[in-house]
Amino acid sequence: MKLTLRVWRQKNADAEGAMSTYEVDDISPDMSFLEMLDVLNEQLILSGEEPVAFDHDCREGICGACSLVINGDAHGPERTTTCQLHMRSFQDGDTIDIEPWRASAFPVIKDLVVDRSAFDRIIQAGGYITAPTGSAPEAHATPVPKADADFAFEHAECIGCGACVAACPNGAAMLFTSAKVNHLNVLPQGAPERETRVLDMVAQMDAEGFGGCTLTGECATACPKGIPLMSITSMNKEWLRATRKAGKR
Amino acid sequence: MTTYADYTTGAPVTDTKAPSGPIHERWDKRRFEAKLVNPANRRKHTVIVVGTGLAGGSAGATLAEQGYHVVQFCYQDSPRRAHSIAAQGGINAAKNYRNDGDSIHRLFYDTVKGGDFRARESNVHRLAQISVEIIDQCVAQGVPFAREYGGLLDTRSFGGVQVSRTFYARGQTGQQLLLGAYQALSRQIAAGNVEMHPRTEMLDLIVVDGRARGIVARDLVTGKIDTYFADAVVLASGGYGNVFYLSTNAMNSNATAVWRAHRRGAYFANPCFTQIHPTCIPRTGDHQSKLTLMSESLRNDGRIWVPKAQGDTRPPNEIPEDERDYYLERIYPSFGNLVPRDIASRAAKNVCDEGRGVGPGGQGVYLDFADAIRRMGRGAVEAKYGNLFDMYQRITDEDPYEVPMRIYPAVHYTMGGLWVDYDLQTTVPGLFAIGEANFSDHGANRLGASALMQGLADGYFVLPATINDYLARNPHQEPVTDGHPVVQEVLAETEDRINLLLAVDGDRTPDSFHRELGELMWEFCGMARTDSGLRKALERIPQIREEFWRRIKVPGTGEEFNQSLEKANRIVDYLELAELMCLDALHRTESCGGHFREESQTPDGEAARKDDEFAYAAAWEFTGTGEAPVLHKEDLVFEYVHPTQRSYA
Repeated sequence: MKLTLRVWRQKNADAEGAMSTYEVDDISPDMSFLEMLDVLNEQLILSGEEPVAFDHDCREGICGACSLVINGDAHGPERTTTCQLHMRSFQDGDTIDIEPWRASAFPVIKDLVVDRSAFDRIIQAGGYITAPTGSAPEAHATPVPKADADFAFEHAECIGCGACVAACPNGAAMLFTSAKVNHLNVLPQGAPERETRVLDMVAQMDAEGFGGCTLTGECATACPKGIPLMSITSMNKEWLRATRKAGKR
Repeated sequence: MTTYADYTTGAPVTDTKAPSGPIHERWDKRRFEAKLVNPANRRKHTVIVVGTGLAGGSAGATLAEQGYHVVQFCYQDSPRRAHSIAAQGGINAAKNYRNDGDSIHRLFYDTVKGGDFRARESNVHRLAQISVEIIDQCVAQGVPFAREYGGLLDTRSFGGVQVSRTFYARGQTGQQLLLGAYQALSRQIAAGNVEMHPRTEMLDLIVVDGRARGIVARDLVTGKIDTYFADAVVLASGGYGNVFYLSTNAMNSNATAVWRAHRRGAYFANPCFTQIHPTCIPRTGDHQSKLTLMSESLRNDGRIWVPKAQGDTRPPNEIPEDERDYYLERIYPSFGNLVPRDIASRAAKNVCDEGRGVGPGGQGVYLDFADAIRRMGRGAVEAKYGNLFDMYQRITDEDPYEVPMRIYPAVHYTMGGLWVDYDLQTTVPGLFAIGEANFSDHGANRLGASALMQGLADGYFVLPATINDYLARNPHQEPVTDGHPVVQEVLAETEDRINLLLAVDGDRTPDSFHRELGELMWEFCGMARTDSGLRKALERIPQIREEFWRRIKVPGTGEEFNQSLEKANRIVDYLELAELMCLDALHRTESCGGHFREESQTPDGEAARKDDEFAYAAAWEFTGTGEAPVLHKEDLVFEYVHPTQRSYA
């Protein structure tokens, strides 16, 4: 396959960025999208240019590092991570636009690399169960109904890639935040911190400058792990419940 | 002239700090004898932790909970992304919830035997004891393990054992355990007890007056090289499988932290013990950047086969049952498809070498679910393995419900690592190594679902107890500052190395060197090793190293985000570590576990150990780049599990 790539190049956080055009040839349909970028980068290095910077690590769809907007879609045309997108999803002769996540809470560091530390701070605000090492009761002391365990797992699958934010017209982080709130709040172990967790995480999310949610659903469509849109509704219920409870106290 | 292969043998390692007495009382005894640091004094101690995987994440969180000031590093943009996240299958624990005859002693026995009698008994027994606490801890954190309808935890069996002791969270157990540790760590970051440095890579170790006192690290965003000081340093930086270029490791997993520590005096043990995982997706071409593992839990229900005839190119569904060779079931009737990883991998290589491999290049075998789908129904197979089947289909564009999967072995895990004593301390006082970075528990072969167990055992339970003792015995260490001559020297060396990499301006990319080294290692230090092959590799590696420093091309500068520079700097260390791996493999003229020397096999082609000569851990001391290292032997004594020829027939 022969392709034309239009790639966002930006020297650093303070520099102006622009799209640059490159040609790549001999691309096999079995290559992953990132392996195609490897080919481009080898080419650039040998021609004395700087290779395109992009985040990637496990290349098997689980670490959540890769983060490209491809032809306007977060992670490209398939519902998966960029590293698991293969070139067979494209046609010979295609022109492909490659951009970083676009959101004010995710500033660009270089080229296609953005700063997602806002997500870490949301987790730090309450995305955990307080259980210092050594304090745990016997694992079978607290049975968890299978339906609840499955619900928790479905939300715990979030890989923190940020596609939900990149896809959202408002740059909201509701799907990310709700995934963790729902994972922990449904479990009996998470019950003691149920209210503070949702209130603190939502407050941090707002403080980070993410946009407001208008339930357009783009986040759930882009999510490579299939976190459902209803996740947001569940978190809103949790938040209302916690707010009312706080009001009564 | 002496060459690298002319190593010398130094004093044996005699003190492992493992307590004596009955094995089940040793950990209690060690914990009781360990000195404690008064809770009020703990905040005066700083501990550096490098890495945020299962071992590092759990250690950082736990040390901070205890009151220590933790300064932690990871090269990823977030501590949540360490490669532990990719572990699929599960975590072992001797809970015996199934009432199927499991016990701490059986897990201990299975692990020593699975490791082909090259691990330290005391450490392995402690691991088995702690395994039960890990499950409790993780459940308390909200890790969503698979559960039965009654609400209790589900378990499954895994390669190399005959009990169901593996706890799992669908095919994402590593992810869920890591997020548990990450969340515990996040809580401590928010509390100000952990100072977290993401996108920061350790480039060297600072040893002052014989003690580990800090590290040199590079901020990967700004390129700034800085020093960090502490009372103790913990390396939790993972394994070195990426020496092979193609492996199931993350692209950026690297050996720099452990190798730099080795250069500063920490012995490196059993570097040739690498694990080749049998169930990976075969490579498709030269563009391949990494290999993807399919959880070995697939071997519970999938049947592995190749055609009986050589060069049979018919599609699998057209090959009749009596023309298929279910070779694992044939050779190992009692374990069948569930033999340990090293045995399954080698068997796959053997049938491919016989010309019976399938798929492109004949480098593959079938993993067939047709029988399982007939027996359990498609729905049940989907519920159990759906995400793995989807992953396979996405990568290969083939539907495993209709056509058997094709699998081939790939480098997956390294049992070798920094030598540590029972306290997980290296030969540099104050420097500890935990998780895959150390060599301690898996001997010559790791059993499935035991990596997660070891990482969390080390981080949550072992290190926090033993590091106490070190800090209590060294309460008032002299503060170290940038002005110290040793620090100046380490800093200057690091800066020189970075500047040199940028200055060569040659005509070859970092990846081209990495690929060349990887191919060499796979050929000569991979699944089967020979004297002549290893000697060839030992001759070639210094030549590649020399060429590297003449022809490497790293664009850009050191004062910016520069991924080519990161890669090139890691390859510098691979080019030295590879040499030690080959030497270790050359010197160990026996076969054991993942280390198979063609010269040492039984008449039916199984690995033949030589216990009289090699019942030791080989701890290597660095003497200079390309200089013959010094071998220190730690004799392994088996008081409880008597070494036998492993039999899975």
